[in-house]
Amino acid sequence: MSETLTHAGDPAHDRTVSGVAIRLEGVTKRYPGQSEPAVDAVDLEIAAGETVMFVGPSGCGKTTLLKMLNRLIEPSGGKIFLGDEDVTGQDPDQLRRRIGYVIQAGGLFPHMTVGTNIGLVPGMLKWDRKRIAERIDELLDLVGLDPEVYRDRFPKELSGGQQQRVGVARALAADPPVLLMDEPFGAVDPITRQRLQDELLRIQEELGKTIVFVTHDFDEAVKLGDRIVVFDVGARVVQYDTPEAILAEPAEDYVADFVGAGATLKQLTLTRVGDTGLHTPVTAAAGEDSAAVVTRATAAGEQYVVVTDGRGRPISWPSVAELTRTTTVPATRDERLPVVGLRSTLNDALDTMLAASQGGVVVTGRRDAVAGVLVVEQVMAAIQSTRGETRG
Amino acid sequence: MWQYLLDRRELIAFQAYQHVSLVVQCVVLATVLAVGLAVLSYRSARVTSLANSVSAIGLTIPSFALLGLLLAPFGFGITPAVVAVVFYAALPVLRNALVGLSGVDQSLVESARGIGMSRLTTLRRVELPLAWPVILAGVRVSTQMVMGIAAVAAYVLGPGLGSLIFSGLSRLGGANALNATLVGTIAIVLLALVLDVVLVLVGRLTTSRGIRV
Repeated sequence: MSETLTHAGDPAHDRTVSGVAIRLEGVTKRYPGQSEPAVDAVDLEIAAGETVMFVGPSGCGKTTLLKMLNRLIEPSGGKIFLGDEDVTGQDPDQLRRRIGYVIQAGGLFPHMTVGTNIGLVPGMLKWDRKRIAERIDELLDLVGLDPEVYRDRFPKELSGGQQQRVGVARALAADPPVLLMDEPFGAVDPITRQRLQDELLRIQEELGKTIVFVTHDFDEAVKLGDRIVVFDVGARVVQYDTPEAILAEPAEDYVADFVGAGATLKQLTLTRVGDTGLHTPVTAAAGEDSAAVVTRATAAGEQYVVVTDGRGRPISWPSVAELTRTTTVPATRDERLPVVGLRSTLNDALDTMLAASQGGVVVTGRRDAVAGVLVVEQVMAAIQSTRGETRG
Repeated sequence: MWQYLLDRRELIAFQAYQHVSLVVQCVVLATVLAVGLAVLSYRSARVTSLANSVSAIGLTIPSFALLGLLLAPFGFGITPAVVAVVFYAALPVLRNALVGLSGVDQSLVESARGIGMSRLTTLRRVELPLAWPVILAGVRVSTQMVMGIAAVAAYVLGPGLGSLIFSGLSRLGGANALNATLVGTIAIVLLALVLDVVLVLVGRLTTSRGIRV
């Protein structure tokens, strides 16, 4: 797997893929007493391991279509295939245990601990206790929550973002090939949302599930999607393409309106932090001898040092001058430390810098370990070059 | 009165035991019936409002009248007492169970279905546990209420402290008549308080820490 994923062409090409393809044939939903079907004969093919975003105005049927995939809503007509298997007639409860489902705010059961919530589907699939317990810890680790701390907490003791992470962990518990997400990040604040998006991108890069994600936020669709489906009323597929193609050539005026003005700057949302030349900082583990770190930084000609915890995750970003005043590198966590993921967009990076009033961000990769730093000058340079490209 | 208590402590203790035993058994039976009924009806708004009206109207029937009516089919004895007590105990539980079950956040129900729980599992693992504190509040109201109604049930020769009260009332002015009535009444009040404390404890033990307020 390469760190610098190219985002054009076949996006799922060089990734791990554990998902299966989904194929819809003439899927229709009619409600009694309504003349027009809510979903009108939709044909759609979703490749294995791709993240496909459903966008469209409210009431266009995108959520209905999503819920037909796991048969929370029974289709009135048409066929649904997972891989080559026709699941239209399958027992819905059995089917749903093979499809992860994440809703807004996580949908965690408040009377169960985080661990119990995550272990529900494996429990229904009759895994043995030991395997379930191991799986719970593994998943908490995957979504960036320390199992020792969070396993036995109740949802009300978690922040909104943490609840959402647990929601994702629960959906992934039985390692389903397909993940359905229904506006999962709609109820959290913008900074948490951006972190959750980064997290999802990182997890998806590790796992390669087939993800179907409903959102009303086009920026979110561009950031997370390998492909985007733009729907109109009756779940009519107006355009189904990569974010780049939709931004560059909206199929109809309708799409152009939906994509919105400022599409040139939207290209910023297309450039990933990992695609720019990241700067490799001097790092130091908390508790290291300060003098040695200062020598190392000075030798490298660096003004700042990224301090990491025991698992290589960044916790603070002090200057060399600050470090000379200490004997060992302090283990205090800077809550305002600006951090973005490798697959964050330049837009996110810029937002994060502004929110933290800092001229740069620390970039993290796998398991939240430091992958580099990005400074504001690089972002500006990238903006300049994309503007140049779109003009020229 | 103290002398009265000492002289008859065995009889009083036995009647107190019978009283509590009647109430506890009837409340348990009523809870099972009421929750069962609520589970069958909470999905339909029409049936729910019907059940709520029945519950409200049922509570207005004077217990003395109901016991009198029950004499015709069941005759004197324990059966009409049990029927009446269960009837009254079931009403508050039914109402609270309906409120509790329909108060469960629908997105949680959808979430449960979405991860592959069957209807029954959803009810057992999600809806009932979440509605439980509300149901239990109904059980507490029921218990308090039927402690009194069980006393009235002694009129049809049901067991319990009611017989003390009735025998006292029927001999008013006679020896120990007032003592009998007072002891019966006070014992019921005290036992009701004890049962309530027990139910609060049961509540703490059976309600998940995640939804305790």
